[in-house]
Order: sequence, then structure tokens, then C-alpha cells
Amino acid sequence: MNKRKWNGVKRELFKNKYALMAFVLLIVFLIAALFAFLSPFDPNKMSIIDKLQSPNGKHLFGTDEYGRDYFTRVLYGARVSLAVGFLSMIVAVVIGTTVGTVSGYFGGWIDNILMRFVEVLMSIPSFFLMLLLNAYMKPGITTLVLIIGFFTWMEIARIVRSETLSIKEREYVMYAKASGQSSFLTITKHIIPNIAPTIIIAGTLNIATAILMESSLSFLGLGVQQPNSSWGSMLNSAQGYIGEAWHLTLFPGFLILFTVLCFNVLGDVLRVAFEPKGANGEKK
Amino acid sequence: MAEKLLEVVDLKTSFYTGAGEVQAVRGVSFQLEKGEVLGIVGESGSGKSVMAKSIMSLIQSPGKIKQGDITWRGENLLGKSEKQLRAIRGNEISLISQDPMSALNPVVKIGKQMTEVIIRHQRVGKKEAEKRAVDLLGKVGISSPEERLKQYPHELSGGMKQRIMIGMSISCQPELLIADEPTTALDVTIQSQILNLMSALKDKEQMALILITHDLGVVAENCERVLVMYGGLIMEEGPVKELFQNPKHPYTEGLLRSLPKRSNGVKERLVPIQGSPPDLLNPPQGCPFADRCPYVMDKCAELPPYFKVDSERKTMCWLHESEEGDNHE
Repeated sequence: MNKRKWNGVKRELFKNKYALMAFVLLIVFLIAALFAFLSPFDPNKMSIIDKLQSPNGKHLFGTDEYGRDYFTRVLYGARVSLAVGFLSMIVAVVIGTTVGTVSGYFGGWIDNILMRFVEVLMSIPSFFLMLLLNAYMKPGITTLVLIIGFFTWMEIARIVRSETLSIKEREYVMYAKASGQSSFLTITKHIIPNIAPTIIIAGTLNIATAILMESSLSFLGLGVQQPNSSWGSMLNSAQGYIGEAWHLTLFPGFLILFTVLCFNVLGDVLRVAFEPKGANGEKK
Repeated sequence: MAEKLLEVVDLKTSFYTGAGEVQAVRGVSFQLEKGEVLGIVGESGSGKSVMAKSIMSLIQSPGKIKQGDITWRGENLLGKSEKQLRAIRGNEISLISQDPMSALNPVVKIGKQMTEVIIRHQRVGKKEAEKRAVDLLGKVGISSPEERLKQYPHELSGGMKQRIMIGMSISCQPELLIADEPTTALDVTIQSQILNLMSALKDKEQMALILITHDLGVVAENCERVLVMYGGLIMEEGPVKELFQNPKHPYTEGLLRSLPKRSNGVKERLVPIQGSPPDLLNPPQGCPFADRCPYVMDKCAELPPYFKVDSERKTMCWLHESEEGDNHE
């Protein structure tokens, strides 16, 4: 990845106001989640007297049905949501890139087998499969990350494969072979650096998908278990009180919405910036 | 006679496309001695590059080496595994390709690309490899080599990139350097610099050189022996001087006539070769040049064998059937 491309990203980011906003918002979420321990409240400490308070000076986001400070809980929930998003993106990118490059580079029957496998996986409604798997495995963050990762890498694999197909025809890949390079090193040193922008874009968009999936799974009670919470599981427990405490659904709901939106906007910006002939007419 | 380095016998390489089998190389035989400079000339599509890639076993699907033997220092290259080939590629046989702009990876620094080859074949550490890369860049005439190593290919000019390619390809002191149109993408002044550099290096490193080009001037200046390829076959073979002064095959004759002469100051019209090269999808049964040959005879419908014209020359043309050893003009 070279400097010029990063400069392109920077330029695109500052040019596009939505993009800048999305970026700043994500950074704010990230910092807030990281420094959640600074909150004066214990996210798991119940206090029945304070239950279901509306947002006020002491409790910024009010309190939940057990009287826990909702703001603090939202922050800790952000940790889970973001961590699951990032980690499952990494799982998906690693599997997707490996399968995609191997499939594209070697071609032939290897390509056929891998791509058919990908198609089979894609054809199964993954959400139900996830539900099923989740029921058999011990619920928790690791399980979530692995399951979401295992069911979202196929898109990445297909994109990476098609990019690999085009890169491997380049002269320098032939030259790498001509100078005695092994296939593994040709892939890691010559092909992957060239498709890195694509992988980054696909990865960014994948985070958004992962966060959504995590929320849905947690909403159905299959994700993070009590007393820990993620935005999705908070929505789940909030639905029983939607009439008396609207804020319980509002905050985690909006946070999911904004985070996913931000990642999507960011992915779009990266795509424009990395594209050889982008919207600004800049040549490669 | 010097030591035989490379021997190619009846090499046939085809590409299996949707339209059918494209026979790019249709039975080529030649040998190369140690330290020799062999020129291969021919127009586009005559099979030069495919032959070069076949020698290094770099033909990719849908291409396939159909038949033939390639013997490298007494060992059959075609029987070797990918792993054994890897030890030879870049180490004993090196390739310089046509276009330096696309032969270097645009997103990897020069230094990394150079040291990669050195570390792989010479089993030295990173520091030592970097030192060697600096030496090599000095050898190929690049100023401030340390700085160049930290640059990306797009920061350098075409001539510099080709120098770097040459530096990379001689980094392991190969026995044979195959230069596939090394100067096509460069302008004329740089061209001669690069060619001079290659012949100087060739003397210094004592390697053999196969120079593939469509530029007859380049061949005349740099090679000892030359193969003229046409339609996937070798039309004529011989020492450069004799072949150029007294071409035996009508195709060679046509090639030479289509070049501007500067000799006597008389203005002369160039004589192009009429027609176009044969379709390698359905190559003609007989001599591939028959359609364009001014001397075409009935017999040309049959593929001629090689006729020895004198001790070092042979040609694939019926004109020389009866006059083996004689001169034709």
C-alpha cells in the first residue's frame, strides 16, 4: 500500500462531509467504549429504587428495569458490539482472502471445488444456520465471532478471487515465477499487496454486517449472556418496557443504526479513494 | 567446440483456446553453447516469446508444451518438478521481459523486490542481500543505489527500471540470460545503453545470452548466431554475418530488404513483404511462408526439411534442395 493512496483516502475523507462525520463519530464511539471504565457507575450494579428512570442529570440515558445506569451499560455494550464486529471481520477477511487468492491463483479444479463450496454456503440462509449452530454451542463472544466470521467470508472470497484472476496475469507475477518464486510467496508478496485496497473495503463493509448480525443474534437471546450486554441484547430486554420506558429501546437502537451507517459510509469513501479512476477523475 | 549448455529438440507448444488449438511453436530445435550470444528474430506472433517461456516452463494454461525435449546442462527440464524448476529459474536461467514498466510490482519497493530474489537463491541474510543489491545497481549503472532501493517502481524512468530488471536477473550469476525484447519499450538512446550494458555484463559474468527481438540491427550488433523464426518454425539458422550478407531463406531476404539501407546515399524504396503471417490456428501444411514467397513453387505445399547450406548454416526451404553447399542468389 503506498503513501499516495493514503493521501487519496485523506483527501476524500475531508472532501466528503458525511464521511468525515462518520469517521469522527466512529472514533468517538471507539474512545467512549474503550474508556467506559471511567464511568462512576457499575454497569451491573442493580438498584431497584432507581429503576426505569427517564434520562436526567444523574443518569444521562436513564436507568433500566433493574435500576442500572443505562449510559454505562450502553458504553459496555459498545465494547461488545464493536469487538464482535472487528474480530469477526478479521476472521472473515482471513478465510476469504485465503480461499479467494488460492482459488484465483491456482484455477482449475481447485478453483472449481472452492467456488462451488462458496456457492453452497451462500445459498443456505445463513441466519437460520447460525441460530442452529448457536443453539449447540456455548453462547459467548468467541462463539459469536467465529460463527459470524464463518458465515460472512464468502463475499470477500469471491471479490478477492476475481481480483486475483486479473492480477495474476500481470507481467510481474510471471516475472516472480521466472525468478524462482514459490506460489505461496508470489501470493503473499505480489498479489495480496495489490488487492489490499479491495480487501480493506470489503472488510470495512463486513464490520457493518457483523455488527448487525451480532445485534440480531443477541436480540434473539443467542448472543452475549446476562449480566453482560451488547446493543442487541439490550434491545431484547427493552422490548418488554417499550410502553413505560421508551429510552431503553431508543439508545441502543440508534447506536446500532449509526454505527452500521458510519461503517457503510466509510467503506464507500475508501472505495472511491482507492478506485484508480475515482470520482475526482484522478488517474491511477 | 565449447560446452553445450542448452539443447532444444523438436519443441511444440500450443494454446488450447475456445476457437481450437493455436500452434504457437511448431517444432523448434536448436542448441546453445556456453557463453554464446544467440539472436532470435521474427515478427510478432512468430513464436519467439512462447519459445522463451517454454524453456523456463512458464507456459500457463491454456498453453501446453506438447512435445519436445529441453536439455539444460545434460538434464531434461521438462521432466522436472515445480520445486526443482524453481531452483533453476532466476538462479541458473534468468529472464528479462519486454516491458520493464509492468515487470516490477508497482506496490512493492525496488529494494524488497531485489533482495527477495537474492535471499531466495543465495541463502543470505537481509542485510547481506541489501548490500548485494546495492552492488548490483552500481554494476548496472544506477546512481545513488541506496536511495533507489527505497523507491517504488513508478518513481523511476523506463530505462532505470530495465536496468533494475537486468540487475535482478544477473543477481545470482545465471548461466543463461533470456532477454525477451529487452529494448522494445524503451527509446532509441536508452536502447543502445541497455544493449551495451548487457553485452558488457555478459562478458564479465560469462553467461550465455538469448536475445529475442524483431530488430535486425540489434541482432547484427550483438549476436554471434541467429535464428530466424516464422510461423512457429525456425526458417534459417547461421552465424550473424553470413546470414545477413547472404540470406538463404526468402523470408530472411524479405526481412533484410524491408530495412532502410544507408550505404551508398542512393534513395531506395523499401520492399515490404506482401501478405500477412499464417494463421496459427490452422497452420498451412507446407512451408508457412509459401503464401508470401516470391519464389513459391509447387513443392512448397509440402513442409521442407532443413537443408544444410554449409557447415554452420541450415535453412528450411526447397530452393536449397539440390544445391546443398552451393550458394543461391
